[in-house]
Amino acid sequence: MLTFEEIKKSFLVSLWFIFLTFPIMVIRVNSNENTIDWRWENIAIVGIASFVLSFFWRDFFRRKKLGQKKLSKDKQKSSALIELLNSKKEIKYGLLGAIITFAIAYPFVLGPYQTNIMISALIFVVLGLGLNIVVGLAGLLDLGYVAFYAVGAYTYAILNTQSGIIGHGLLQLSLYLNDLFGTTFFEIIAQPWSFWIVLPLAMLIAGICGLILGFPVLRLRGDYLAIVTLGFGEIIRLVLENWNELSNGPSGIAKIAKPNFGVSLNSIESIPFIYFLMIFLVLFTIFVVNRLQISRIGRAWMALREDEIACQAMGIDTTKTKLTAFAMGASWAGMCGVMIAVKTSFINPASFTFMESAIILSIVVLGGMGSVIGVIIGALILSLLPEYLRAFDDYRMLVFGATMVIMMIFRPQGIISNVRSTYKIIRKQKI
Amino acid sequence: MKPILDVKNLTKDFGGLRAIDSLDIKIFRGEIVALIGPNGAGKTTFFNCITGIYKPTNGEVAITHPKRDTEIINDLVPNVVVNPLFRFLPESVLKSLKKYFPQLLFRSLKPNEITERGMARTFQNIRLFKNMTVLENVMIGRHCRTNAGIPGAVIRGPGTRKEEKEVIEECYRLLKKTGLDHLSDELAKNLPYGDQRRLEIARALATEPFLLLLDEPAAGMNPQETKDLVDLIYKIRDEDQISILLIEHDMKLVMELSERIYVVDYGKGIATGTPEEIRDNPVVIKAYLGEDIEDA
Amino acid sequence: MEHENIKYFLELFLSGLTKGSIYALIALGYTMVYGIIEIINFAHGEIYMIGAFTALIVSSVLTMFGFPMIAILILATGTAIIYSSAYGYTIEKIAYKPLRQAPRLSPLISAIGMSIFLQNYVLLAQTENFMKFNSLIPEFEWLKPYKEIIGTEELIIIIISAIVMIALTLIVKYTRLGKAMRATAQDRMMARLVGVSVNKIISFTFIIGSALAAIGGVLIASYIGQINYYIGFIAGLKAFTAAVLGGIGSIPGAVLGGLVLGWTESFGTGYISSDYEDVFAFSLLVLILIFRPEGILGRSTSQKV
Repeated sequence: MLTFEEIKKSFLVSLWFIFLTFPIMVIRVNSNENTIDWRWENIAIVGIASFVLSFFWRDFFRRKKLGQKKLSKDKQKSSALIELLNSKKEIKYGLLGAIITFAIAYPFVLGPYQTNIMISALIFVVLGLGLNIVVGLAGLLDLGYVAFYAVGAYTYAILNTQSGIIGHGLLQLSLYLNDLFGTTFFEIIAQPWSFWIVLPLAMLIAGICGLILGFPVLRLRGDYLAIVTLGFGEIIRLVLENWNELSNGPSGIAKIAKPNFGVSLNSIESIPFIYFLMIFLVLFTIFVVNRLQISRIGRAWMALREDEIACQAMGIDTTKTKLTAFAMGASWAGMCGVMIAVKTSFINPASFTFMESAIILSIVVLGGMGSVIGVIIGALILSLLPEYLRAFDDYRMLVFGATMVIMMIFRPQGIISNVRSTYKIIRKQKI
Repeated sequence: MKPILDVKNLTKDFGGLRAIDSLDIKIFRGEIVALIGPNGAGKTTFFNCITGIYKPTNGEVAITHPKRDTEIINDLVPNVVVNPLFRFLPESVLKSLKKYFPQLLFRSLKPNEITERGMARTFQNIRLFKNMTVLENVMIGRHCRTNAGIPGAVIRGPGTRKEEKEVIEECYRLLKKTGLDHLSDELAKNLPYGDQRRLEIARALATEPFLLLLDEPAAGMNPQETKDLVDLIYKIRDEDQISILLIEHDMKLVMELSERIYVVDYGKGIATGTPEEIRDNPVVIKAYLGEDIEDA
Repeated sequence: MEHENIKYFLELFLSGLTKGSIYALIALGYTMVYGIIEIINFAHGEIYMIGAFTALIVSSVLTMFGFPMIAILILATGTAIIYSSAYGYTIEKIAYKPLRQAPRLSPLISAIGMSIFLQNYVLLAQTENFMKFNSLIPEFEWLKPYKEIIGTEELIIIIISAIVMIALTLIVKYTRLGKAMRATAQDRMMARLVGVSVNKIISFTFIIGSALAAIGGVLIASYIGQINYYIGFIAGLKAFTAAVLGGIGSIPGAVLGGLVLGWTESFGTGYISSDYEDVFAFSLLVLILIFRPEGILGRSTSQKV
C-alpha cells in the first residue's frame, strides 16, 4: 500500500497545507497591542496531520471507485443496524427497555445540573426532527430555521412577562374591554400568560410565520431558497436586536416564569418536571413525524424532494405541499423556542444567530436526512459531546463545519440512512 | 363528437428559435394517436406545452373531459383561473377587463391542475421518485384523488385509514396490470430500465386520466418488452377507456399501435393520417430520409 | 440649507459607490463560480476574510521590520491575493469537486460547512476580537479640500475596483482562457469534447474569484479600519445579494448589483435609520428573489424537462 508514489503525493499535500496555513496558523498578530506571536510548532502539526489525512482521503476515493465497479451488491448494507434490530425482537425490546429505564432514572440519579444539560439536548432533538421535516423529507434547505425558534421563545417571553409594546397593548385592550363589557378581562389577558396556553399558541404563531415567510419564497429553486431563508433569519434577529419597544433589544427579556405543574416549585425543583415534559414532547414529535412519513402528505413531501417537476406532473400542488412542510417545521421550532425560554428563564437575540441554524442543520446532516433515529442520535452526539468534552467545546463549531463537508462527501445519507416503509396490506394479498 | 384534446395553432418560441410552429392536433375519445417526427422536431416541447410546464407563445389548448364541458387549459392569454384576489368580481366585469390586464387577473393552469383535470403523462428521460418504493411511486399518483390532510395523518382515524387502504389496493391493482406487482417494495432506482418505463405508466394511470400522454414509452426496451408494452397500451385503452397520445421513434410500434399519426418537422405539422397514408406520404419520407434512415 | 442637503446626498452617494464597488468585487467571485458550476460558493465570504487577515498579518510583520509604506501596501496586497487564491483553489478541490455529480443540496451544505469551518479556523488560530487594521493607503494632499465629501481611501477603492472589473471583463471577453470559461459555463460536456480542460477552468475561476475577493478584503479592511473572523459572513451574504440582484452568472450584473446594493444601504441608513443597515440589504435580497429571481440583467432560464 505504502508505495513511494503515495508517500510523495502525501508529502506534497502536506507541503501545500503548510504553505496554505502558514500566515494564519504560525503568526498571530495583535494589532491592537502591536505584538506578534510566532508559533512554529504549528507547522509540524499541520504537516503531520495533512500528511496522514491525505492517505485516508485518497484511500476513500479509491474504494468508492471500486465500489462503483462492483455495482451496488449490498444495497441494504447501510441499514444493517436497523435490520439487526428488526430481526431480533429480544435485542430490540431489550434496548428499548434500557433506554426507557435510563430516561426515567436520569434526573433522579444524576441531579439537576446534568438534567439541565439533557434538557438542552432534548430540545435539539426536537429541533432536529422539526428541521428534518423541511430538509430531510421535503428537501427544502431552510437556513433561517432559527427565526421560528426565536418567534416561539419571544412569544412566551413577551406574553409571560407582559413586557414591551405587546404587554402594554394587552393592558390597554383589557381596559378597553372593561369599558365595553363592564367585566374585567384583566385577569385573562393582561396577566402573565400561562405556559400551557402559550405552548400551543407559540406553535401556531410560528407556523403562521412559516406560512407568511414561506408563501413568497417557496417558488424559488433550492439554493436560492436557502439564501432567502438565511436572509429572513437574519432580518428577524436584527429586528429583535433593534426594536427595543418590542423585544427589549440586545439586553433581552429576563425573569420568564417556569410552568406551574400543579404545585409551586422553585427553579431547581422544577427541572425534573421540565425534563419529563421535554421527554413527552420528544415522544410526541417522534409519533407525529412517524405518522406523517407514512401518510399522503408525507409521501408528497418525499416526491417533492425527489423530483419537483415529476411531482407536479403527477397532480401534486407543489406550492401547497412546500408550505405545509415549511409551516410544520416552523411550528416545531416555535415549540422548542418556548421550551428554551422556560429552561433558561432569559432570552436575548444573541441566542438566535445563524450559527444556531447551522448547528441544527448539521444535526440533520449528520444523523441522516429523513431518518428519525439518525436525527435523534445526531442531536444527542452534537449537543452532548461539547458538554462532556470541555476541551472540545472551543473546537465545536470547527468540528460542525468539518462534519458537514465530510458527511456530504463520504456519507451523504448520514449515520443512519432512511429506510423506506413498506405497506403491510400487500403481503396479505399476495398469499 | 367533440375532440377530447383540441390544440389550435400552438406556437412556442425559445428566444429566437421557434420550437413549435402553429400546430393543430385533435384527439377523439378512445383513440390511440402517435406524434412522430425527426429528433428535435418539437415533440417533447409539445407535450410540455399541453401539460402546462411551458407557456405557449401563441395558440390554445382545450380538453373535454368525457363527463364535463370543454375547458381551455393553456393559452397565450390565460383565461381560465382567475387570481383568487379578483374572484369576487362578476364574470362580465372580468371579461371586459381581460383585454387590459390579462396577466394580473388571470393565470393559466399549473401542471398539477391539468393532471387533476384528467391528462397524465410520462417522461422521455424517466423521472421516477428514485428513492421511494415502486408502490409509493404509484401512490403519489393517487394524491390528487384523495384528500387526507395533516390532522388526518396524525390522528389516523377510520376515514383516513379507509382512504389509505383503498389507495394501496388501487395502486396494487395498477401494478398488477403493468406487471410490476412482484416488485412493489423495491426502490424505484433499482428497477431495470423497461420496468421503470412501465412504472411511469402505472404512476400516470393512478391519477385517473382520460387521456394518457406517453413520451417515447418504448425507448431502451428490448423486442419482448416492446411487445408487452403494445399489449399494455391496448389493455389501458380497452379496459379503462383511456385515450392515448404517444411520441415514439420505433416505427414498427407506431404503425402497429396507432390509429392516426401526426408528423411534425421543425415544429410544423407536415402530415396527418392513418399509418398507411403516412407510410406512403412523400413529404414524410423526405423529412425522415433527410435526417435519419434507420427510423424510416 | 439647500446646499447642505445636496452635500449630504453627494456624501451618501459616494459612500454608497464605495461600498458598492467592494460588494461588486466580491460578487464577481460568486457570479463567476455560479456561472461555471452552478454552485453558490458559500465560503467565498470567508476567502475575503482570509485575504484581509493575511494582509493584516503581512503588514504587521513588515511594519515591525520597518518597511516603507508603499512596499507594505504592495506586498500585503500581493500576499493576500496569493493566499486567497490558494484557499479558493483548495476549497474547490476538497469541498466541491467530489460532489460534482451529487444532488443539488449536497454541495450547498458542503459549502456552508466549509464556511463555518474557515470562520472558526481563523477564530481559533488568530483571535475572536476585532483587530485594528492600519490604513495602507496614503492620504492625498490635493484631495484635502474635498475631505468632507470624498476621502482618499474612497477614491482609491472606486478607482481600483473599476480597473479590476474592466480588466476582468477584457480577460473573459478576449483571451483564450476567457473563451474557454464561457464555453464551460454554457455547456460543460461540450466544452470537454472540444478539448477544454474543464477541471483547470473551474480551478482558474475559483482562483480569479478569490483574488478579487482578496483585493476587496484589503481595501475594505483599510477603509473600515478593523477586522475580525466574522466579517466574511455578512459581506459574503451581501455580495451574494449583489450577485443575485444583478442576475447571477452575469459579470456586468454583479457590478450593477453591487452598486445598487451599496446605494440602497447608504441612502437607507442616511435617510431612514442607521440601526437597520443589514436589514435593508437582506430585504432587498428577499424582494428581488421574490419578484425577479433572474435579477436585473439576468435572463430567466426554464428548467429542462
